[in-house]
Amino acid sequence: MQRQGVYTIRENHPLAREIFRMVLMGDTEAITAPGQFVNIRVEGCYLRRPISVADWDGESITLIYKVVGQGTRRLSRMQPGEKLDLLVGLGNGYDLDCCGSAPVLLGGGVGAPPLFGLAKRLCRRGIIPTVLLGFGSAEEVFGEREFAALGCRVLIATADGSRGKKGFATDLLADLETGYDYFYTCGPEGMLRAVYDACGCDGQLSFEERMGCGFGACMGCSCRTKYGTKRICKDGPVLKKEEVVW
Amino acid sequence: MVDLRVNLSGLWLDNPIIPASGAFGYGAEFAQLYDLDILGSFSFKGTTREPRFGNPTPRIAECDEGMLNAVGLQNPGIDAVLTEELPRIGRYFHKPVIANIGGFSIEEFRDCCAKIDTAEQVGLIEVNISCPNLHAGGLNFSATPQGAAAVTRAVRQVTKKPIYIKLSPNVTDIAAVARACEAEGADGISLINTLLGMRIDIRRRRPVLANETGGLSGPAIFPVALRMVWQVSQAVKIPVIGIGGIDSAEKVVEMMMAGASAVEIGAANLVDPYICPRIIRELPELLSGLGVERIRDLTGAAWKNKL
Repeated sequence: MQRQGVYTIRENHPLAREIFRMVLMGDTEAITAPGQFVNIRVEGCYLRRPISVADWDGESITLIYKVVGQGTRRLSRMQPGEKLDLLVGLGNGYDLDCCGSAPVLLGGGVGAPPLFGLAKRLCRRGIIPTVLLGFGSAEEVFGEREFAALGCRVLIATADGSRGKKGFATDLLADLETGYDYFYTCGPEGMLRAVYDACGCDGQLSFEERMGCGFGACMGCSCRTKYGTKRICKDGPVLKKEEVVW
Repeated sequence: MVDLRVNLSGLWLDNPIIPASGAFGYGAEFAQLYDLDILGSFSFKGTTREPRFGNPTPRIAECDEGMLNAVGLQNPGIDAVLTEELPRIGRYFHKPVIANIGGFSIEEFRDCCAKIDTAEQVGLIEVNISCPNLHAGGLNFSATPQGAAAVTRAVRQVTKKPIYIKLSPNVTDIAAVARACEAEGADGISLINTLLGMRIDIRRRRPVLANETGGLSGPAIFPVALRMVWQVSQAVKIPVIGIGGIDSAEKVVEMMMAGASAVEIGAANLVDPYICPRIIRELPELLSGLGVERIRDLTGAAWKNKL
């Protein structure tokens, strides 16, 4: 269940071009699954900024975010010791119980961070996922080392070919020597669609939408599914493949 | 001890704080955060005869001190509200609730109000004739005194519950529209609904909202709302619920001094889900400092003190 709290920034530094890693100290009890997000009040912006949780422990939350507008720009300029008002424990997150025996994780750009928290928790269960990451170009790549440190096999693709395979994360599926029986993905909608089409197996997709509240009240981010109308922020952001309507 | 109670057409509220329709769903999300019984009441999500998905996304945009929405009255329809939402509301809210009713035709408004009339927990019906996000109608009814009067006349025939007509600010003469509602038997006026606005994504060279335009809410609209409440409350004898950009105890007082008998709080709930409990907590001290014993004495307190 979501909770509001004030969190103290412990770290906030760049990882790649326009990509930042922020570690916040505070109560994390409300976070129950990887793939959930927080909604951050940013000084000077009216609406909060929803950012996926990359990882968390008993006292800290790690966010990896991209600077895309004035809100995230301001976030990127904040210093350790400064405080932020967060709503935490938002969204459903990924379901780990139907992961198959050999899951593949496909992340596009800042879609990769929530997959890290997921990979970590799958590994704890003794299930080592394969990780396929797609980025625009070499200077945007991040996370390869962190996933590898968990024991995951990591393959990288870039749209311009400046690092790894030229192409998208889905193009890396052809390079896998071993099979996979389940997928988890997060990224821009075009990528989600490509993953949906490319993977024959079942899986889970994390969607993005412009949100008002982030906790299910305003109906700003609704989408149609095979099981009726859902709110990306509350009933999502993760949808199972079987329910997705494009 | 400050008396926070206010009266809306015979309905006593413990305080004037009412979460506004569209920002509060049917209350379930907020019931997880705090005890809703501390509220005066709440106005539930605008409900139409048929279930509606609403407009395509994106349907939220931001601006300085506010936001735009083009949700387009997403709701499960009046029958589902009667059979599912209202029984659920009864489990976490134990006071009269305000039913916000939307529609595309006079018949639809009348049918929905006739149905909601049977719901015991509904203490007041707020007839939303002013949703700016509906191409097919809605706004048309509040655009002219004649349109507003026609809806009021129709719904007045099907219910004895208090009827408050929620008006659009997107008109030339708001007082004339309000007077027309009063003449047809409206028990009160709610205003304002959102102001029509838009944003453009300069990189993509297209509107941010899929609906192109949307309704502006948030602190940006407070002075406009205050001005309209000021005008309307002096033009009619029925109570006015003041809505628009309220996010503090001070603005509640200001809105009531302009002529509101109670207030609704909308967008502020989305950015601070605990805004209503906080305002209710802060009101007594603020009022004591102002020498106010009964908050209802503030309604129209500024009328007689014009410079």
